[in-house]
Amino acid sequence: MEFFRIKKDIPFMRHALTFNIISLITFLLAVFFLATKGLHLSVEFTGGTLIEVRYPQAAELEKVRGALAEAGFTDFQAQNFGSSQDVLIRLPLRSGEDSNKQGEQVLAALAAATPGAVKQRNEYVGPQVGKELAENGAMALLVVVIGIMIYLAFRFEWRFSVSAIIANLHDVIIILGFFAAFQWEFSLSVLAAVLAVLGYSVNESVVVFDRVRETFKKVRGLTTPQVLDHAITSTISRTIITHASTQVMVLSMLIFGGETLHYFAMALTIGICFGIYSSVLVASPLVMWLGVSREQFINKQKRVIEGANEDGAVV
Amino acid sequence: MNRYPLWKYILVAVALVFGFIYTLPNFYGHSPAVQVSSAKATLRVDDDTQKRVEEILKEAGIAHNGIQLDAVGVKARFANEDIQLQARDALQKNLNPDASDPQYTVALNLLSASPRWLTALHALPMYLGLDLRGGVHFLLQVDMQGALSKRLDATAADLRLQLRDKKIRYASVSRDKDAIVIKFNDAETRDKARAAITGLQRELTLTQTDLTLTAALLPQAMKEIQEAALKQNMATLGNRVNELGVAEPVIQQQGADRIVVQLPGIQDVAQAKELIGRTATLEVRMVDESASASGLTAGADVFPHRERNGEVSRVVVKKEVVLTGDRFIKASSTFDQNHQPAVSVELDTAGGNIMRDVTSKNLKKLMAIILFDRGRGEAISVATIQGEFSSQFQITGAFSPKETNDLAILIRSGSLAAPMEIIEERTIGPSLGQESIDKGFYSTLWGFVAIAVFMMVYYQMFGVTSSLALAANLLLLVALLSLLQATLTLPGIAAIALTLGMAIDANVLINERVREELRAGMPPQAAIAEGYSQAFRTILDSNITTLIAGLALLIFGSGPVRGFAVVHCLGILTSIFSSVVISRALVNLIYGRQKKLAGVAIGQVWKPGVAVTTVAGKK
Repeated sequence: MEFFRIKKDIPFMRHALTFNIISLITFLLAVFFLATKGLHLSVEFTGGTLIEVRYPQAAELEKVRGALAEAGFTDFQAQNFGSSQDVLIRLPLRSGEDSNKQGEQVLAALAAATPGAVKQRNEYVGPQVGKELAENGAMALLVVVIGIMIYLAFRFEWRFSVSAIIANLHDVIIILGFFAAFQWEFSLSVLAAVLAVLGYSVNESVVVFDRVRETFKKVRGLTTPQVLDHAITSTISRTIITHASTQVMVLSMLIFGGETLHYFAMALTIGICFGIYSSVLVASPLVMWLGVSREQFINKQKRVIEGANEDGAVV
Repeated sequence: MNRYPLWKYILVAVALVFGFIYTLPNFYGHSPAVQVSSAKATLRVDDDTQKRVEEILKEAGIAHNGIQLDAVGVKARFANEDIQLQARDALQKNLNPDASDPQYTVALNLLSASPRWLTALHALPMYLGLDLRGGVHFLLQVDMQGALSKRLDATAADLRLQLRDKKIRYASVSRDKDAIVIKFNDAETRDKARAAITGLQRELTLTQTDLTLTAALLPQAMKEIQEAALKQNMATLGNRVNELGVAEPVIQQQGADRIVVQLPGIQDVAQAKELIGRTATLEVRMVDESASASGLTAGADVFPHRERNGEVSRVVVKKEVVLTGDRFIKASSTFDQNHQPAVSVELDTAGGNIMRDVTSKNLKKLMAIILFDRGRGEAISVATIQGEFSSQFQITGAFSPKETNDLAILIRSGSLAAPMEIIEERTIGPSLGQESIDKGFYSTLWGFVAIAVFMMVYYQMFGVTSSLALAANLLLLVALLSLLQATLTLPGIAAIALTLGMAIDANVLINERVREELRAGMPPQAAIAEGYSQAFRTILDSNITTLIAGLALLIFGSGPVRGFAVVHCLGILTSIFSSVVISRALVNLIYGRQKKLAGVAIGQVWKPGVAVTTVAGKK
C-alpha cells in the first residue's frame, strides 16, 4: 500500500503568498479572539476553589446553584463535568476571607439542600501560587523558543531558525486563539500540551530543512523555490503518516481519556493540524524570502573540508 | 552490511530483559496492607510489637499474607480490601484501648505485591501520584516574617537582660518591625551599650541616630533563622502527620519558604488541616513538692507522667511557667557523667539567665518538662536539679538511650517555629483515582493498537519491526519510571501516550527513507543501510527540539506539569534508542543474513512511470 504517488514535485512555492495570507488571516483572527475574549484561565492560574462532587443520580444543577446562592456564595459556576452525575463547582478567591475553608462550606451547603453529594476532588489555589504559575508558564514558553532558536541556528542557519520559530509560534497563537474563541478552560495541562506541540512541530520544520540542505548540496542547477518544492514533496508522505499516527494516539485520548484529558487532547489536536500546515507551508516560504541560497551551503562545505570533518569527506 | 556486531545484539537483549524485569512489578500491582507504627515518639515498634500484631490477627481469625517489620513499623498484607479493613479495626481496638490517647498509629497502606526476588532487585511498581490513588495535597507557606519577629522579640528580651547585667541604663527597648530600637538618656551610656551589644550579639548590626541605637539582624543570621524555622516546621509536621495514620506521607521543602505535604488515602481534610495548623508548646515548670506531699492541689496543675516502667503517675506542678519551648535552641541525646542516657539541651541567652536564676534557688528540687498538645499536657520529663546551670544543661531521668533520642526530637519539634498558611490544597477521592488510571490506560492501549495495526498494514514487515520497537519503547519507559520510582500522575500517563504517538515518527522517517532509496533503484540491503543512516540525523535533530521543550517544562513546571515533563523527557530518550537501535536489530536479524536479497516487505514501492510494480516480496 502506498498513499502518495507523486510524479513531479508539487509547486508549493508558487502559492507561497496564498499560504502566507491564509495563515496571516488565521493568526489575526486568533489575536482578535485573544484580545477581545481573553483566555478562560483555570483555577490553577487565577486562584480560587474548585470542587467536583458526584451524585448517585443525575444532578439537578438548578438545585445545586440555589443551595450555593442561599449559602451566600456569589460569582460561582456550577456545571456538569463529564457525566450528568458529576458536577464541577468553581469559586473565585474571596479577598480577606479564609478562602481555603470554602470547600468545606460548599459541601456543607450541598449536603443540606441536595443529599447524596460525594466529594470527588477539591482544589484550592491561593492568589500568590496562581500568579507564580502564570509567570513560570510564560517563562517556560520563552525558554523553549530561545532554546530551539539557538539549536537550529547552530545546527542549520539563522534563516531556518527564525522561520521555524515564527511558523511555530504562529501555531501556539492559533491554539490559544481557539481556546479564547470557544472559551475552553486553559489549565496547566493545556499549557504542557502547547509546549509539547511547539517542540513537536519544530520537528516538522527540521525534517523539511534537512531535506532542503541535502538537496542544495546534492543537486545542481535548481532554483531555490524548486529546491524547497522538492524537499517538501519528498517528505510529504512521511509528514502526513507521522502526524496521522500521533493524531490517532491523541484521538484515543480524546475518546477514552475522559474530561480531565479532554482539553489537553484538544490542544494537541489543533497543534498537530496546524503544525503540519505551518511548518511546511509557512516556514518554507519564510526561508525563501529570508534569502536562502545554494552558496550558503556550498561555502560551508569547503570550510568543513579544511577542517577534515567527517562530513567533509563526502565530495 | 546489515549485520550488527554481537555486542549490539547483547545490548538490545540486556535492555529488553531490564525493561521486562522492572516493568513486571506493575502487573502485580499493590496488595492492601495495614501498617502499625508508633504514635508517640517515646514508644518504639520492635519484634514484640510484631508478635502482638500476629497474636491479635490470630485471635480475630483474620488471615494475612505475611507480616514484616521495617524502619517504619510492622506491616501486614491481606488478600483484599475487606480483610484489610477488618484487620485495621481489630488492631486499632486492641493496640489502642484508649481511643483518645492512641499509642500506635494503625494505617491502611499499599505494599508492592511482586514476588520477593523482584523486590530484592528493587523492582517496585511505579509510585502512584495523589491524583491516581486519592488523598490530600497541601502547599504551605511558612510565614518567615513571623519567624523573624519571634526571634527579634526574643532578642529584645535578651538585650534588656544583658544591659541590666552590665548595669547599663537604657530608656526603652522595643521592637519596631524588622529592628530593635534601644533608646538612651545620654551619649555615654549609648556608646557603652553599643560596645557591649557588639560583643554579645554577633548576629546584629547596629546603627546609631542621636540617642537611639537600632539593631537589625544580619542577612546571614536572617537566612539561618529562616532555614531553621522551615526545618523545624517540617519536623513538627512529620510528627503530627504520624498521628493521622498516613502510611506514606510526603513532607518536602519547596522553594525557600514553602512546604509540600501529601497524605495519600486521607479523606478527612478538616482533621488534617486542624492537625497541621496546631501549635503544640513545651513548658518548663517547678514541681510543687509541698502540694504533692499534702495532696492539696489547689493553686497547682496536675499532669500525667508516664514512667519508664510504663506506669502513669501524676505530677503536681506550680502554675508559674519557668520557660516556654521557644527558648530551646538545641536538643540532642547524649550520656551524662555516670554514663546514663540524657538529653543535652541549649537555651537562648534570656532562657539561660532565667534558668540560672531558678536553679540556684531550687537545688535538689524537682523540675518538670511538660508538652502541651491539643490542650492536654503531659510531663515528658521530671528530674532533680543537681546543680546550678544556665543555658546548657542535661535532662536526666529514667531514660533509655532510645527515649532520650525521642525526647530530643520532641523538644526540637514540639512547636511550629513560624506560623503557616495553606496556599494550595488538592483533595482527590479514591474512586476518581482508579477511574483516571483506567482512562489513561485505555487511551494508551487503543492508541497503541491503532498505530500498530496501521504500521503493519502500510509497511508490512517493516511495520512489524516498527511496532515491536514501539512496544519495546513502552517497556523501557515504564521500566525506567519504575526504577526511578518517579511519581506517576494522570498527565504522566498522557505523556506516555503522547510519547508513543510521537516516537513512531522516527520509524516512519526510516521506513519512508528506505522506500525512497528502493524507488531510486538501490538494492534492498543498501537501501536499508542508507535509509537508516540518512534518517538518523533527522531523528536526532527533531528529538532534540522536542527535548528542549520537555526540559523547559521540567524546570519551570510544577505539580502535574512536572509529572508530564519527566515522562516526556525520559520517553524521548527511550524512543531514540528503541526506534533506531532495536528496530535496526530486528531488521538485521530478519534481512541482514541473506546475501542475495531480492526484495524486502516494506509495502508497495511505487515508481513513477511504471504502471504497477510490486518490488516488495520476500526473498
